Formats: sequence, structure tokens, C-alpha cells
Amino acid sequence: MDKYITTPIDSSKVVGLKAGDYVYLSGKIYTARDAAHKRMFEALQQNKELPFDMTNQVIYYLGPTPAREGQVIGSAGPTTSSRMDKYTPTLLDLGLKGMIGKGKRNEDVIASMVRNKAVYFAAVGGAGALLSKCIKSSKVIAYEDLGTEAIRELWVENLPVIVVIDSNGNNFYELQMNSINS
Amino acid sequence: MRIVHTNAITKAIKEMCIEANLHLTEDVTNRLKKASLMENSDLGKKILGQLKENLEIAQKDLIPICQDTGMAVVFISIGQDVHLEGDYLETAINEGIRQGYEEGYLRKSVVNDPLLRENTKDNTPGIIHYSIIPGEDIEITVAPKGFGSENMSRVVMLKPSDGEEGIKKAVLETVKLAGPNACPPMVIGVGIGGTFEKCAILAKKALTRNLEESSKEEHIKRLEQELLKEINQTGIGPGGLGGNTTALGVNIEIYPTHIAGLPLAINICCHVNRHVKRVL
Repeated sequence: MDKYITTPIDSSKVVGLKAGDYVYLSGKIYTARDAAHKRMFEALQQNKELPFDMTNQVIYYLGPTPAREGQVIGSAGPTTSSRMDKYTPTLLDLGLKGMIGKGKRNEDVIASMVRNKAVYFAAVGGAGALLSKCIKSSKVIAYEDLGTEAIRELWVENLPVIVVIDSNGNNFYELQMNSINS
Repeated sequence: MRIVHTNAITKAIKEMCIEANLHLTEDVTNRLKKASLMENSDLGKKILGQLKENLEIAQKDLIPICQDTGMAVVFISIGQDVHLEGDYLETAINEGIRQGYEEGYLRKSVVNDPLLRENTKDNTPGIIHYSIIPGEDIEITVAPKGFGSENMSRVVMLKPSDGEEGIKKAVLETVKLAGPNACPPMVIGVGIGGTFEKCAILAKKALTRNLEESSKEEHIKRLEQELLKEINQTGIGPGGLGGNTTALGVNIEIYPTHIAGLPLAINICCHVNRHVKRVL
């Protein structure tokens, strides 16, 4: 089912999203991938503040290519989410409500998503040029020294994503495979 | 004897890094087109349509096809009747990568030490495979390799008794484990034989072979076709969201091996199977 969702997303919005829904996402989202997650995790261990408040926010696992003159951002597709699994339950406990990436998540992440009412979206891997067209503004807000892995605040319009794991823990990858194998 | 200045190699590598990241070769785009006609899932069809549109935008607006512009893998074969002048060859190749990734607005994804992980900020060093060939030509292939799929690749040391069935089982297992992580539809490079490291290089090399060119060995050609069919029956589909397009092709390269072994490497690549070849 096609849905149009605007960020931030609170629990009431999240519970309405079901595994397999095709969603056009708009509003403010943040990028963070491997090195940024590690750094945020270390900040928390040292009781330091995070670069942004996680409450009802969405993180896009993205490390874009540099923008050419006149472009908002370069190629901007999702990276493999499972590399962030180690850090994700902690961020969900802090109020993170949505993640955009590609591929599988582990059981700890799924359990934490159900507990915290969060949603996991997949964007199409390998379609970074197409996805970049949905990004209307981009600015680095933290960890600039990490280059492509810096944390960026993005404004997106109708970014096409699919609900892969919903807040009840239903997993669209598995549902699809089961229906094919049955 | 032919004299070649390494500046020519630097220039070629630079151009090839940029070209590879903005245009896919015709063999891969043809397979994508064919797949979208054969795909049985509506969502799968939609995703294949987006991949096709993505390629058009990349070419028109000079945006890399994928944000993971990869680690630059370079195969360079140098005729033994060539004399190189100028910088040390490795320096010249890495300079080409450095210039290509900067001038082409490509992502710098290489870290200097696998544990300390500080970005080198110019995507060097590349991974370079040298060989010496007869004659006066220099053949170069640049194949930027993304790590979403690279991470899902494997080397398996099979027993001779495992044979063809063992190979099929291991390849299918690897593909299923990769699933949505490796950005399907994938291209599968397989190396069989040699030693532990040789089969891995063969698998990488297999990814750079034109998808329309089957193996010259009849039994390997059959294995390529059977594996492709079986991989497409797993149901993983485009984006891992279900369908009958899980792979666009399977290329296998073989090499003689030891009486006691059957080394097997499976190098998974996403549909962004970049490989540009030039002869200097």
C-alpha cells in the first residue's frame, strides 16, 4: 500500500506502518553510518551529548559522494544496515523512531524496535543517483572530519522506501521468502 | 621494444575510474533490460525500473550510479616487450586513482589501516593485480568494487570429492546469506581451483568478463547456466524483496589445482558491476 509520511514520526505514526508498505517519506532526516555511529556510542559512554536529539527522528544510513557545483548532494543510496546493529538498540532507547538502509537486521535490533515502537525502511540499493533527486537540502551538522561519514541534516521530499520491519517485528524480507517457498 | 611513459597510465586510470562510476557497460545494462521483461513480481519490476532510471540520471547529470564508488581494483597486464619510463608503476597507478576520484566527484572510501581506520581522503591505495603478457601492449581493467556486496563474498576450501555438487551448494548458500544485503540483482564471480588466494583473484577477474561471453569450457559454461537458473529460483529478487531476478549473470574462471584440493571463491557484486577495459 502506498503511503505518504512526514517526519518527525511519533509512535502513533509508526504503528500505522506495516511491513510491505511503500512509503514516500518527506521532511528532515539525518545521515549517519559506521564511523558516526561509533563516535555517537563513545559520546554516550562518556556522558556527552549527541549531535542531535533522537526523539522521533529518522536516520538514513548514507555516505554520499561529493556534490558537483549546483548539486545539493552527490549519489545518495543506502548502505548495509547490519553494520549499525551493534549501536542501534541504544539509539532506539533514546527515542529514534526510524531507520533507512538496506538488508537484514539482527534479533536485538528487532526486539528493541518492537519495545520502542520503531520502523525500519529499505531504500533501493544501487540507485543513489535516482534517490539523490529527492534530497532538497543537505548540511553537515557534526563530525565534519569524517568526510562522507559526517552527520548530515537532510530535507527530503517523497523519498521512496519500503517498510521492511514494522513496529510489531513483521519482517517483509522473510514474509516474501516464506510465501515463495510455500 | 616499445617505450611507454607512466604518465599515460596515470591518465588512463584517472579517466577509467570516472567512466566506470558513471556508465555501466552494455552487457550489464542489456541483462537489466531483459530481466525487467522477465520479472514476475510487480514490486520487483518496479525496482528494476528504478535501477534503469537511475542509470539514465547518472549518465545525464554526472552523478555516480551508486554512492559506494568502491575501492579501485586494477588489473594491469604489461607486454614483456614494453619498457616503462617515468614514475614507479605503482605510484603512477595510485596517482591515476587519486586524480580520478577527486576530479570525478567520487566518494573516498579507503581507510589507511583496517583497525585505526583513518580515511586516506583520496581513495588510495588501489588493489593492483599485475601480470606480464607477450608483446608490446598494456591492457588495463579498472573495476571499482563496492563493499555492500564485497562483504558478502567467501572463500571455501572444498574437498575434491565435493565436486560440482559441492560447488553449487556453496555458491547458493553464499547467495542466500547475502540476500538483500548485497543489492540484488547481483552478478556472481566464481573462481575455482588454484590455491586459497588464486581462486579469490579468479573470482574477482570473473566479474570483469563480459556477461555475454560464456566460459570457453563446455562443462563450465553449463555450470554457469545452471547456477544462474538455480540462483534465480531462490526468490530473493530485486532489492531482496521477492522475485525471479536475483542475479544477472554467473561468470566462472578456473585454474589448475592440487590433487588434494578444490578451492572455491564466490565474489558477489551488485548490479553496479563496473569494469572498464583499455589497451594502451
